[in-house]
Amino acid sequence: MELKSNVPEGALAEKWTKYRSTMNLVAPNNKRRIDIIVVGTGLAGASAAATLGELGYNVKAFTFHDSPRRAHSIAAQGGINAAKNYQNDGDSVYRLFYDTIKGGDYRSREANVHRLAEASRNIIDQCVAQGVPFAREYGGLLANRSFGGVQVSRTFYARGQTGQQLLLGAYQALSRQISLGNVEMYNRHEMLDLVKIDGKARGIIARNLLNGKLERFAAHCVVLATGGYGNVFYLSTNAMGSNVTAAWRAVRRGALMANPCFTQIHPTCIPVSGDYQSKLTLMSESLRNDGRVWVPKKKEDAEAIRNGQKTGLDIAEDDRDYYLERRYPAFGNLVPRDVASRAAKIECDKGHGVSPTGLAVFLDFAAAIERYGKSRAHSLGLHNPNAAKIRELGEKVVEEKYGNLFQMYEKITGENPYKMPMKIYPAVHYTMGGLWVDYNLETNVPGLFALGEANFSDHGANRLGASALMQGLADGYFVIPYTIGQFLSKEIRTPSISPDHEAFATAEEHTREQLQKLINVKGNQSVESFHRRLGKIIWDYCGMSRSAEGLTKARQMVRELREEFWKDVFVPGDMDEFNPELEKAARVADFMELGELMIIDALDRNESCGGHFREEYQTPEGEALRNDKDYTYVAAWEWDDNDPVLHKEELQFDNVELKTRSYK
Amino acid sequence: MKITLKVWRQKNIQSKGQFETYQVEANEHMSFLEMMDVLNESLIAEKKDPVSFEHDCREGICGTCNMVINGQPHGPMKGTTVCQLHMRSFKDGDTIVVEPWRAKAFPLVKDLVVDRSAFDRIIQAGGYVSVNTGQAQDANAIPIEKDTASDAFDAATCIGCGACVAACPNASAMLFTSAKVSHLAQLPQGKVESKKRVQAMVNQMDDEGFGMCSNVGACEAECPKEISIENIALMNREYFGSVVGSETSV
Amino acid sequence: MSWVSKFLTSSIGRKLLMSLTGLFLVVFLVVHLIGNLQLMVADQGKAFNIYAEFMTTNPLIKTTSYGLYFFILLHAVQGIILWQKNRAARGTRYAVPNKVSSTFASRNMAWLGIIIFVFLVLHMGQFWFRMKMGDVPPVTYDGQTVKNLYAIVAEAFSQWWYVVIYVVSMIVIGFHLLHGFQSAFQTLGLNHRKYTPFIKGLGVIYSIIVPLAFAIIPLYFFFMIKS
Repeated sequence: MELKSNVPEGALAEKWTKYRSTMNLVAPNNKRRIDIIVVGTGLAGASAAATLGELGYNVKAFTFHDSPRRAHSIAAQGGINAAKNYQNDGDSVYRLFYDTIKGGDYRSREANVHRLAEASRNIIDQCVAQGVPFAREYGGLLANRSFGGVQVSRTFYARGQTGQQLLLGAYQALSRQISLGNVEMYNRHEMLDLVKIDGKARGIIARNLLNGKLERFAAHCVVLATGGYGNVFYLSTNAMGSNVTAAWRAVRRGALMANPCFTQIHPTCIPVSGDYQSKLTLMSESLRNDGRVWVPKKKEDAEAIRNGQKTGLDIAEDDRDYYLERRYPAFGNLVPRDVASRAAKIECDKGHGVSPTGLAVFLDFAAAIERYGKSRAHSLGLHNPNAAKIRELGEKVVEEKYGNLFQMYEKITGENPYKMPMKIYPAVHYTMGGLWVDYNLETNVPGLFALGEANFSDHGANRLGASALMQGLADGYFVIPYTIGQFLSKEIRTPSISPDHEAFATAEEHTREQLQKLINVKGNQSVESFHRRLGKIIWDYCGMSRSAEGLTKARQMVRELREEFWKDVFVPGDMDEFNPELEKAARVADFMELGELMIIDALDRNESCGGHFREEYQTPEGEALRNDKDYTYVAAWEWDDNDPVLHKEELQFDNVELKTRSYK
Repeated sequence: MKITLKVWRQKNIQSKGQFETYQVEANEHMSFLEMMDVLNESLIAEKKDPVSFEHDCREGICGTCNMVINGQPHGPMKGTTVCQLHMRSFKDGDTIVVEPWRAKAFPLVKDLVVDRSAFDRIIQAGGYVSVNTGQAQDANAIPIEKDTASDAFDAATCIGCGACVAACPNASAMLFTSAKVSHLAQLPQGKVESKKRVQAMVNQMDDEGFGMCSNVGACEAECPKEISIENIALMNREYFGSVVGSETSV
Repeated sequence: MSWVSKFLTSSIGRKLLMSLTGLFLVVFLVVHLIGNLQLMVADQGKAFNIYAEFMTTNPLIKTTSYGLYFFILLHAVQGIILWQKNRAARGTRYAVPNKVSSTFASRNMAWLGIIIFVFLVLHMGQFWFRMKMGDVPPVTYDGQTVKNLYAIVAEAFSQWWYVVIYVVSMIVIGFHLLHGFQSAFQTLGLNHRKYTPFIKGLGVIYSIIVPLAFAIIPLYFFFMIKS
């Protein structure tokens, strides 16, 4: 299979503009006759469904949640990037493009990333017009902050709840289209199969989660905006319900999964506290604007902290190792996520970790509190304020900036982060890999599109902070509404697709058998216990660092676990009823297959790049060692239960020079 | 710590529900939902039907989780969703009563799961700014006073969990509805259609069968995002202004 | 439905009626209290009786009083409708009642209101009905003959059970006002970060002082005059 990226000709900066102006359109009278299915109502799905509805298409939108507003985009904290250059600090579309390509360790498609950078500016305009309450300066204009891996302030934010506000904006736009009758909304419907007719995606089989009935939905094309697969690790910052099922069922119908091993481990999460833990909580990257990361220099100190004999406050300044500032003086605490995560792991592996499990480092705000306190005292005209006063004022400033995050930390850990340095550790957060798509965001299955985290296209091997929201909204608001026309303009003569077509019947029957099979196992172990075990394998062998030996072993372990799952899982209840355990079981079954594919992909990629760190390939200083000669390609996998087939899309870099990423 | 749980079990809306009592061995670092996970794992081990409850992000932002714990929506801790409530808020040997949100407008699905789609319909009635993609002007074209933006933000933080309805003795949805009315009415972008919006949203709220506000204030006290009933006053003003003081009718 | 009836039957419209009638009754209570305080003047009821005569014969006051009766009924009927609808909106009740996130008064406005209404019926029967229809002995001051309502009041307040009912009712009114006063402003949309604390404070003072002043009178009669 030849993978055609369909990147238009021309100079990088003009590709999108030119392409947009010359692409095929669907006339308004034809749009009314065309049905589109959008699965997922996060930033990408809701914005796409709303915009396609505005354009006049008949849209059917699906979410497994009880409301479109619950999609996991809601939990994004820090912000959204846009090349507005409102801060006059040298930002531009090109710089955002360049930062993203470099941050992604040169494993993304240039043209897609440039288009993303261009669209970023429109997103902010659109969201403000919708009433998204971004942070503002006293003059009433928009405020910005910095994020990792860049040296400009281009991140727009709404306290620590940017994702929530952006999602509510998209949800409201979607709600408007629902009330206008342009979008039909199906809550609590989970897509369980993709239906293809004559090779084209023509519909889905969805399970109505309230009554368990399988339902058929037909359309001229299908758009998947179903998010990432981070929950394959069991413990991640993803919501409990986030899953790969919709995307994976598409893979089983022939769609290709690209770069599945590219997963992002976020450096600042609240550490694991026990076996019962169900998920991990992110502490926004924005905290690294002001927090300093450190571990004790002496192992004895670290051990004393682990035993509870000392706390972070007992360690003298000289005995602290601010290892990010030491190793990466140019970017300091604001190095990209993959670099920061790996550095934390190295310190903890060396025995400098500070929580009882040994897996945590400090994120310390004492210096920021003092700095802000002095500055606030100065602006209040206080001369010679004492240390307590400075602290008090400083804490207030920090509270204004990060109050909700600090509060969340205290709720979870029971420790006051204003007084004690926070303890953090990396955790799975995002998946750069996803369904392979071309420039039009169309997968290799004609008529099947993938947006947002569900596709692989823009972040390469590592995503920069505040870029996920940007990509989701760019895809939904500003890319798919145009590019979908390339497919649909050829479909204007296709009458409505009938859900009575044989292909639907077959797919429905297949889905029913699958579910029945899960219920019929009637074993002894819970779905949750299998998921936990799968997650542990993937985390241990396909997590922050990977080796050929470990991966080979892990593949075997996942296989065995899968076998055990199908022999011994226990799913209570029946198919034809509200049954959350059955939903979970089907998702875990898919994670088992995906997990194996991740391992296969990680084994194939004999280099270290971005979030993919192979122990065999590192520089003497322990930095990732890329192999541009052999691995500058997108690994797109065709699923086969025994031997997945690799299809390569070679990446071309015409505009940036491939360099070793340096943040030193 | 040993906890005695009395949990509302109800197979579906047609059947009759009752409390079941369970013993759970928890630890104080667990979140409340993790304690419920422990309960469910033990039920599954006995091949029994686990307790259905809704949850998703477990970070207090998606608004999915919902339980009334000892009479309080989201439990005893102020400004906290159930998922962020930790067992350190309870004592060894405590008996905890867990009930679903109770309101006619939130019909029960199973056990602790209810249907909150009435909230979606209230937003669909008018909780948006009518702007199509691509129509926007530059984001900095309209300056908005920092405090105004901040007030609008406070209202916009609503997570749509429904605790306000669950807490209100009248099962009123005024806090939810007013949060969206207030968020948009305070911003220049939302002001344009604010008259139509408030009427449409209030009409829909009434049609859904929620109760009527009697200014009890339990909603504000139990709201995990601590949204103020100032927003309800603002909505009332907007509503009077729209129905009585303008020619707009919806 | 015309916009007016739609407005008045909407959730916010009904609240508005409660609020406006409530505020009217708040004002009325003050007027009523001023009249009652004349019972305390040590003139064997002269001031009070002349005032009562004026209040029952002045056409303007009479017209206003019909408005008053209407508003009391409207407030009561509307309150009962709200109560009914609100109970229906809850459906199944909670096994564990929530007593921490709201005040006693706010949760029990309907019950408090019902007690007040019962008291009003009794109160009107005792004084208003007898004043209008009944056999009130006349008394003459400076050539003007008026009904001696004072005598009836004194007689009523000499009975311990009536005093108890009266005082308890005043406490109930106090609780009703404690929530009702500030609630009326909130309903009108008058919630302001600078002024609302004053309104709330004023509400508390009002809800204590006014019922207290009312309650002192029967106690004064029972303990001071009788002995």
